[in-house]
Amino acid sequence: MVGIITYGVYIPRFRIKVEEIAKVWGANPDDISGGLGVYSKSVPDLDEDTATIAVEAARNALRRRDIDPKEIGAVYVGSESHPYAVKPTACTVGEAIGATPIMTAADYEFACKAGTAGIQTCMGLVASNMVKYGLAIGSDVAQGAPSDALEYTAAAGGAAFLIGNCDPIAEIHRTCSFTTDTPDFWRREGQDYPRHGGRFTGDPGYFRHIEGAVRLIFEQTGKCPKDYTYAVFHQPNAKFPQRIAKILGFSPEQIKPGLVVPRLGNTYSGSSMIGLAATLDCARSNDRIFVASFGSGAGSDAFDIEVTDAIESGDFRREAAPSVERLLENPIYVNYAQYARHKGKIVMQK
Amino acid sequence: MREVAVIGVGCTTFGEKWNISFRDLFVQAGALALEDARVSGEQIGAMYVGNMSAGRFIEQEHIGALIADYAGLATTHIPSTRVEAACASGGLSFRQAFISVASGIEDIVVAAGVEKMTDVASGTSVEALAGAADREWEGFVGATFPGLYAMIANDYMNRYPLTREQLAQVAVKNHYNGARNPIAQFQQEITLETVLKSTLVADPLRLFDCSPITDGAAAVILAPLEMARDFTDTPVKVLASSQASDTIALHDRRDISTLDATVAAGKRAFAMSGLTPKDIDLVEVHDCFTIAEICAIEDLGFCRKGEAGRFTEEGATALHGDLPVNTSGGLKACGHPVGATGIKQICEVVMQLRGEAGKRQIDGARIGMTHNVGGTGATVAVHILGV
Repeated sequence: MVGIITYGVYIPRFRIKVEEIAKVWGANPDDISGGLGVYSKSVPDLDEDTATIAVEAARNALRRRDIDPKEIGAVYVGSESHPYAVKPTACTVGEAIGATPIMTAADYEFACKAGTAGIQTCMGLVASNMVKYGLAIGSDVAQGAPSDALEYTAAAGGAAFLIGNCDPIAEIHRTCSFTTDTPDFWRREGQDYPRHGGRFTGDPGYFRHIEGAVRLIFEQTGKCPKDYTYAVFHQPNAKFPQRIAKILGFSPEQIKPGLVVPRLGNTYSGSSMIGLAATLDCARSNDRIFVASFGSGAGSDAFDIEVTDAIESGDFRREAAPSVERLLENPIYVNYAQYARHKGKIVMQK
Repeated sequence: MREVAVIGVGCTTFGEKWNISFRDLFVQAGALALEDARVSGEQIGAMYVGNMSAGRFIEQEHIGALIADYAGLATTHIPSTRVEAACASGGLSFRQAFISVASGIEDIVVAAGVEKMTDVASGTSVEALAGAADREWEGFVGATFPGLYAMIANDYMNRYPLTREQLAQVAVKNHYNGARNPIAQFQQEITLETVLKSTLVADPLRLFDCSPITDGAAAVILAPLEMARDFTDTPVKVLASSQASDTIALHDRRDISTLDATVAAGKRAFAMSGLTPKDIDLVEVHDCFTIAEICAIEDLGFCRKGEAGRFTEEGATALHGDLPVNTSGGLKACGHPVGATGIKQICEVVMQLRGEAGKRQIDGARIGMTHNVGGTGATVAVHILGV
């Protein structure tokens, strides 16, 4: 059965505290942190972007398992901050890991769920025997306009999942999606920062679409929340995934291992995928994991995943690459001025 | 002048109605009111609709014709008129309908109010609402409504013994009532601490001192009293209708902590009905901010100037106090779709007087008052209803 062969994550080491951003804009830090449940967010280094993060995540995935990169027949990178409008990030990744030239590649954009859309594409290519392995990556150096609500959470990070059907560490039993044309969040060509409809991103966006996908997959599988060991939801902040979990009947314990947003922030295309990686970091054979991503615009991809014995076999070396927890440890905190420089918010004289 | 009665009321639920359009909100409220009054569309002689700013909120003007059309009455060529007086649009719509019936020109008249505020970002809403103040002397120099009412609050608190806790009690009380109103935008009770710890908006007003941005619509049906019993067993009589104006800019007022238009409209309503404040069993006042409710209950004569804080703190305005104020939850908890608020106030009083207010019912209520304000008090409409 098609599943996850290996996975890897990369998170830049720099962090900025939400209170540091709040101070700059004269907001009450407790209101912001309390309201979002987010206390710090990751910040890319001066020379880090979506492509370098995607490459690091892919390399971390390949460190965990002996895979001939030449057998990777497809690379998809989902992001809303691709460094080029025209010139695929996926080609850079393919080249960096030695998968070129006999492969297909493309960049995806679907707000925060382009990475899970890449997983679905790879599942199709593998299941139809078009490729042996497909690499799906969600990676972002997310943009939040200065003083906008998004600035408190828009973070940097990525996760790579190698999809195949030879001895996966976790089988993906089913996936389904719920998609509509909903203008809750957008960025037009040439604009530096996305815009959003405030609370409209909540009920008509996040909650409607995740609920739609989850109820659909439960109908198709006959499963219910108690059949799962863990659950991961897209985490633009800590409140939304906790609320959707409660609405759907998942317990706080089920979502706990994958809820990385309080320290990490929202890594957009990386968000639910890093949550899944953090869950796989502690998962054991036969654990059942539920995943639902969300992308504004809007849609949700739901996945029914079951961890196999392979995760504990010698072929898969979980410790060969850093866990999400390790990537979150020992941060270097930057102040707002350093953050502004790292994020290119300071316009330099040419 | 003929005596006039309300024979039917209808109100949508209030809130962020992402999936219901302006016209659908109006049609929902209108259908509920017609059903309540057991009146058919063909029997309606005229329609008035209160709406503040559809042009800014949904880029639609010509609301009178729009609602007649979507009410299915385009082919009857019914006279349908939009009434605008900022947040008092609904109250003035009701007054126009009342005058129309009282004069004998029309028999069955619809008075409605509707506002769809969440199709635009909140910053645009705030800008649109600022049009209720003096654009040249207030808006252009940066004054928003929270800012203007904060000036009233600061002036009031400097001159009269009002504590921050007493001001917060207004919101606590209105949320308590809203929690008992199935159409309210906010149906949860809050504590003083919720208000006092909420985000500062315009000192001293905090988030929970302010009414929200809301979508909603309300409609009522008026008829001559002598015809009312043909439609309903429970007509509610309109005992008084009054309206008053004042300077549009706050700084031009004689006294910024007293809304003279409220004082004038209140006195006219009591004179018209031959009643006094002691006769009123409940009142819906325009609490766009907590300080507005404090001023309103004094300016309408329910307590002396400077006493409303203590009056509120002691529970006189609570659901089962001596003078229940804003049993609907008020603008604070029920929500404030600006053009619809004045009509929703009428709906609430009618339901109370008919004994249909459920968990927030005031036992034995026979006379109720509504008080609807435009801007910082440049327009005020007051109505008294009775059974």
